[in-house]
Amino acid sequence: MNAEARFAALEAQSFRGRRNGGPTESSIGAIGQVVQIFRNHQLLGLLVRRDLKARYKDSALGFLWSLARPLTQLAIFYFIIGQVLGAARGIPSFAIYVYAGITAYGLFNEIVAGGSNSIIANSGLVKKVAVPREIYPLASVGGALFNFSIQLGVLVLATIALGQFPLTVDLLYAIPSILLIAVWGSAFALLLSAATVYLRDLSYLVEVVLMVLLWLTPTVYSYGAVRDALTSFSGGEVLLEIYTNNPIALGVIGLQRAFWSAGHDLDVWPHALLLRLGVAILAGLIFLVFTHWVFRRLQGNFAQEL
Amino acid sequence: MDRPLGPEVVRIGHLSKQFVVRKDNSLKERIVGFGRVGRRHREEFQALHDVSLAIRAGETVGLIGHNGSGKSTLLKLIGGILDPSDGTVERRGRLAALIELGAGFHPDLTGRENVYLNAALLGMTRNEVDERFQAILDFAEIGDFIDAQVKFYSSGMFVRLAFAVAVHTDPDILLVDEVLAVGDEAFQRKCMERIGDLRDAGVTIVLVTHSLNVVQEMCDRAVLLHHGEVIYDGSPRDGVKLFRERLHQGAGPVDGTRHIKDVAAFGDGMSPGEAVAAGKDLVLQVALTAMSDIEDWTCSILVVDVQGRTIFGTSTFEAQGGEWQRATPDEVTVTFRMRKPALVDGRYFVNVSIQLREPQWAHLEDVVEAAIFDITSEELVRGLVRIDTSATVRPS
Repeated sequence: MNAEARFAALEAQSFRGRRNGGPTESSIGAIGQVVQIFRNHQLLGLLVRRDLKARYKDSALGFLWSLARPLTQLAIFYFIIGQVLGAARGIPSFAIYVYAGITAYGLFNEIVAGGSNSIIANSGLVKKVAVPREIYPLASVGGALFNFSIQLGVLVLATIALGQFPLTVDLLYAIPSILLIAVWGSAFALLLSAATVYLRDLSYLVEVVLMVLLWLTPTVYSYGAVRDALTSFSGGEVLLEIYTNNPIALGVIGLQRAFWSAGHDLDVWPHALLLRLGVAILAGLIFLVFTHWVFRRLQGNFAQEL
Repeated sequence: MDRPLGPEVVRIGHLSKQFVVRKDNSLKERIVGFGRVGRRHREEFQALHDVSLAIRAGETVGLIGHNGSGKSTLLKLIGGILDPSDGTVERRGRLAALIELGAGFHPDLTGRENVYLNAALLGMTRNEVDERFQAILDFAEIGDFIDAQVKFYSSGMFVRLAFAVAVHTDPDILLVDEVLAVGDEAFQRKCMERIGDLRDAGVTIVLVTHSLNVVQEMCDRAVLLHHGEVIYDGSPRDGVKLFRERLHQGAGPVDGTRHIKDVAAFGDGMSPGEAVAAGKDLVLQVALTAMSDIEDWTCSILVVDVQGRTIFGTSTFEAQGGEWQRATPDEVTVTFRMRKPALVDGRYFVNVSIQLREPQWAHLEDVVEAAIFDITSEELVRGLVRIDTSATVRPS
C-alpha cells in the first residue's frame, strides 16, 4: 500500500479512544467489545490450540491424559463410595450415572479454575499486546470445552459398550445442560479472572469452593436421596429449592437425564427440569452481561497491577 | 523531512496517568491493613501529567527522556495497553505494538505456530499471514528451524523471527520500545531498511529509545519528556541537544532519596564536570546518609553508555572481596577508584544502588543516572572498549 492510499483510508476512519474515568473504549460499550472479540476469533482459536498443545507437549499419550483425572475419579467414586460405602444402592448403572455427573461438573470446574487464572497466566501478553482481554478467559473456556468433548465421547462409547445408549428424546437434555454450564462457567471465569489480578488469594479460594461445590451437586448420590433427606423435616422444602436451583446442580442433573437411561423411569428427578434449565440459562446470560461489565471496569488497570 | 504527512492518527489531550503502588497484595494484608493503616501501604506515582500531543500519519516520532520520565507509559497509553487516569487518548487505523519482541511466543510451539499466533496478536488474519509467510521466513533467515520448537532456538534466531513477524504486519501505526537493537549488525541494517520501507509506505512510527543517534537519524520529530511532562516537542536535533543538557543537570545532589545524597564522578585529580582524559583513573564518590540502622548492605554501581548498554558494574561487596557493611555511622562516603578504565570516547552514566544481603540482594534504594562523565582522548578508538595496542609493520 502506498502512502497516499493509506492516508486516504485513514482519513475515512473515525477515532476510537479512551477517556478519563471511562474504563473501556469510550465510544464502544459492551456490544462493541463483543464485536471486537468476534473480530479476534482466529486469535482465540490459536490461543486455545496453544494452551492444549503446551499442556500435553512431548507426552506420548497426549490428549489421552485429559481422561486420566475423570477416569480415576470415576474409579474411586464407583468402588469406594458406590460399593464400599453403599451409595450405589438404588442407583442402577451407577458407573454411567457417576461418569455423567463427573463430566458435567468437570466442565464447570475446568472453565472456572482455568479461567480465573487466565489473566495472570497470560500476564506477559496482557502487559504488552493490545487485544480485547476477554480473549484470555474465553480461551480457557474453549480449552475446557475441548477436553469436555473428549470426555463426552468416552461417555457415549461407554453407554454403547454397555448396551445402554440413551436413544430417547431425553438425550436432547444434553444441549441446554451443556449450554447452562458453559454460560455460568464463562460468567464466573470473566469475573474471577479480573478479580484475581487484584486479589491473588482468590485463586486458592476458588479451588476450595469448587471442591465443596462438587459435593453440593448430585454426582455420587442421587437427587432423590437429597430430596428425601431434606423434605423429612419442616422447612426443608426451602433448602431443597435452593439446592435444586443451583445452576451447576441443574446442569449436572440435566446431563444425567440425557445419558443415564437406566434411571429415566425412577422418581429421582426434580419436577419441571426443562423449565428450570431454561430459567437458569436466562439468569446465567444476565449474570454474564453483569460480569462482563465488571470485567470491563477492572481491565483498565491490568497492565499496571500485574 | 520532505515526505508528505497525512491526517492525524493519534490525538492525546490533557493526558495524565497515576500509578498506585500498593505494597500489600494478599487478602490478609488487605483486611489487617484496612482503612487508616491501608493508606500507608499506598503510594501514588504521577507517571504522566497533562500531556497533549497530536501525531499525523507518516510521521516518525521519537520519545526521549530519562528512565522514569514516562516515555514507556505514554507509549503504552497510545497502544491502549494502559488506560488514562485523566484526559483522552484517541487513535485510528491498525496498530501494532512492538513493546516487547516475542511477547506472545510460546516456547513449546514451533516457529511456524508462533508466527501465526504472534501475527494474530498483532492483528493479522490467517489469510494475511499465509500470504506473507514466505517473506517472514526469508527475512528471519532461520531456514528449517521454522518447524522446530522455539525453545530450541538461539536467542538470535528468536529475536529475528519475532522481529520478522512484527515488521510484516503492515500496521498504520507502529509503536516501538527499545527493540531496534537486535541481532548482529547485518540484521540490524536489514531491520532499519525495513522500517525505512514502512515509513515510505506512510506508516506512522512512534518509538521510545535511549539511543539518541537513532532519534537523530530516523525521526522527523522528537518529544522530550521530563518527570511526566512534555518539555520539548520539535526537531530531533534540538530535542536531542536539550536532552543532553538536561542530562548534565542530573548530576550532583540527588533529590527525593533517603540514603543516597550525592554522587560525583571525576578523573583522578580533576573536578566533576571536567572531561576525563582516557588513561586516567576514574573516581566515583557516593555520599550516603542515615545508614547506621541498616545491617549488611552494599553500595553497587553500574556504568551505562548513552545507548543504555551496561558497560561495567561492581559493588563494595565485590570490590572488597565479599564483605557486607554493618555498624557504619550515619554519614558514609563510598569511594570507588577505577584504574585506567578501558572506556572509549563518549558520555557515560552511573547508576547507584544500595542493596541488602537479606532478602537476596534486595534493592533498598536506586538512583538512575546519578552522575555523568565524559571520556575524551586524542586518538580515534572504535568499538566498545579501549585496548592498549601496539603495531609494527616490517618487510616479511
